[in-house]
Amino acid sequence: MSTLLPFVRRAQAAPDPAAGTHRMSNSEKFISIEGIARRYPAPGAKTTTIFENLWLPMRRGEFVCMIGHSGCGKTTVLNILAGLEAPSEGAVIVDGQAIAGTSLDRAVIFQGHALLPWRTVLGNVAYAVSSRWRKAPKAEIEARAKKAIATVGLAGSEHKRPSELSGGMKQRVGIARALSIDPKILLMDEPFSALDALTRGTLQDEVRRICVETGQTVFMITHDVDEAIYLADRIVLMTNGPEAKVAEIVENPLPKDRDRTQLHHAPGYYALRNHLIDFLVSRSRTMRDAMPADYDPRHPPVVRPSLSEADAEAIAATTEPAPRRA
Amino acid sequence: MTRSINLRAGVLSLALLAAILLIWQVAVSGTGKTEAMDPEYAALMGQTATTGKSAMPGPLDVAETMWKHLKDPFYDRGPNDKGIGIQLAYSVGRVALGYGLAVIVAIPVGFLIGMSPLMSRALDPYIQILKPVSPLAWMPLALYTIKDSSLSAIFVIFICSVWPMLINTVFGVASTRKEWLNVARTLEVGPIRRAFTVILPAAAPTILTGMRISIGIAWLVIVAAEMLVGGTGIGYFVWNEWNNLSITNVITSILVIGLVGMVLDQLLARAQRLVTFPE
Repeated sequence: MSTLLPFVRRAQAAPDPAAGTHRMSNSEKFISIEGIARRYPAPGAKTTTIFENLWLPMRRGEFVCMIGHSGCGKTTVLNILAGLEAPSEGAVIVDGQAIAGTSLDRAVIFQGHALLPWRTVLGNVAYAVSSRWRKAPKAEIEARAKKAIATVGLAGSEHKRPSELSGGMKQRVGIARALSIDPKILLMDEPFSALDALTRGTLQDEVRRICVETGQTVFMITHDVDEAIYLADRIVLMTNGPEAKVAEIVENPLPKDRDRTQLHHAPGYYALRNHLIDFLVSRSRTMRDAMPADYDPRHPPVVRPSLSEADAEAIAATTEPAPRRA
Repeated sequence: MTRSINLRAGVLSLALLAAILLIWQVAVSGTGKTEAMDPEYAALMGQTATTGKSAMPGPLDVAETMWKHLKDPFYDRGPNDKGIGIQLAYSVGRVALGYGLAVIVAIPVGFLIGMSPLMSRALDPYIQILKPVSPLAWMPLALYTIKDSSLSAIFVIFICSVWPMLINTVFGVASTRKEWLNVARTLEVGPIRRAFTVILPAAAPTILTGMRISIGIAWLVIVAAEMLVGGTGIGYFVWNEWNNLSITNVITSILVIGLVGMVLDQLLARAQRLVTFPE
């Protein structure tokens, strides 16, 4: 096991030549962000461009995390996906249809939980359920709400008010509310950033379990590199704003079957982690100032962090097919 | 600890009351014979001239009058002699009507203005100009157009209660948290359901604050309005007793007006607690 441990070699990422040719086919795209831009009026009759010409496809059932520094427009991307904001240009296609406004198919888990404080836990979740199934009888609404509350482990707290709950429990209610409407897509805006490390870990486990069980398509924004590694299938790296770009899309080489406590022993973990941190520390800035000559915003480079020798051997030994090295 | 502070506050209150009553009694009581006088002349002149007793009634006089009023508050012996209960009922009735009308107008209009930045800006100058006008300044206009003094009083109550409610409703509605509105939007909640299930509960504490300010102002204004329009009501009663030079009745009315005002305020305070939510 010791040979798998980190820093065998600094990870250096390079675009995977295979990934470059193997683009996601149209039939694979469940969500397709197509050339969206967001501009705000700035003082002096100018406009500030948060990002423009942003393209990003997502598969059905995929867990995508977006990482970037504050001000790169992550939340704006999420709000556009949710339909809360309209892009200044471009469109978002979900399941073959351009989105217009919000939809019950796309549930949002808000950063600040956004529970209605005058309603109980059950009332908050039932509010979502009754918005989804407007004609449903009261008993059915309650049953569905209770089921969602039980899924996040809050059975027994149905009649508490949000003010009586801890931060972690409030966010669980937020998750239950989002799950209760059987969405096709879950959108999460730094859902755990306000929580302490222990609670955050437990909730990450919950979310991962629920998403794997239900096969949810998830788009999540986070600042936490470890959270992204644990949860995501692919990690989207944004350069610094304004005029942020999708620098690259990192494929997570870790097996789908993950254990949070053993994650840092998994082959490829440190290569991936170092790659992400290197990006946040320096490349998010340097790349914005000078994008590579062959950068194509329609097809941002897809990257697998190159592995250490030991990592590669370990992966080869498992059933996972060995990733190509750059 | 809280019990002891409540107890001490109660004791202090009672001690203050006793001191005030004592000083009052001493201040208005006579000082003895001021000068030698023919007894028949003295009887004509009354105690004020003969013993230096103040014309101001003492606390015992007031207590006696008050007891008399409370014993039989609802008698009616013609237009100038009605029980204090009947007069209060007239005043409370007028306030209820004017205030009720103001609620019906101010809350929906406040919702409209609060939800629309355009309306908010367009109507702001009107509100800013009309709000500081003393409600009694509307009285001549009301008398001229409505041609009924009792209805005019109700109108004056309406116009003075409407502004605090309107302004607070606008503020409460406009400051509904964006994240709560976003929850409603992502759940595809329609505008009417959103108004009742998100904005109204969110703004309710602020609206109730406005309603509480309004009821206080309405109760202040009704006394003055009834002094002007006359006929019935506690304001008219005060003025009538002043014309009768019955200071005892005036003091009694002051106390009763204060008590009713306190009850109205406490009713709204209770309502406010019902809609306030802890965050």
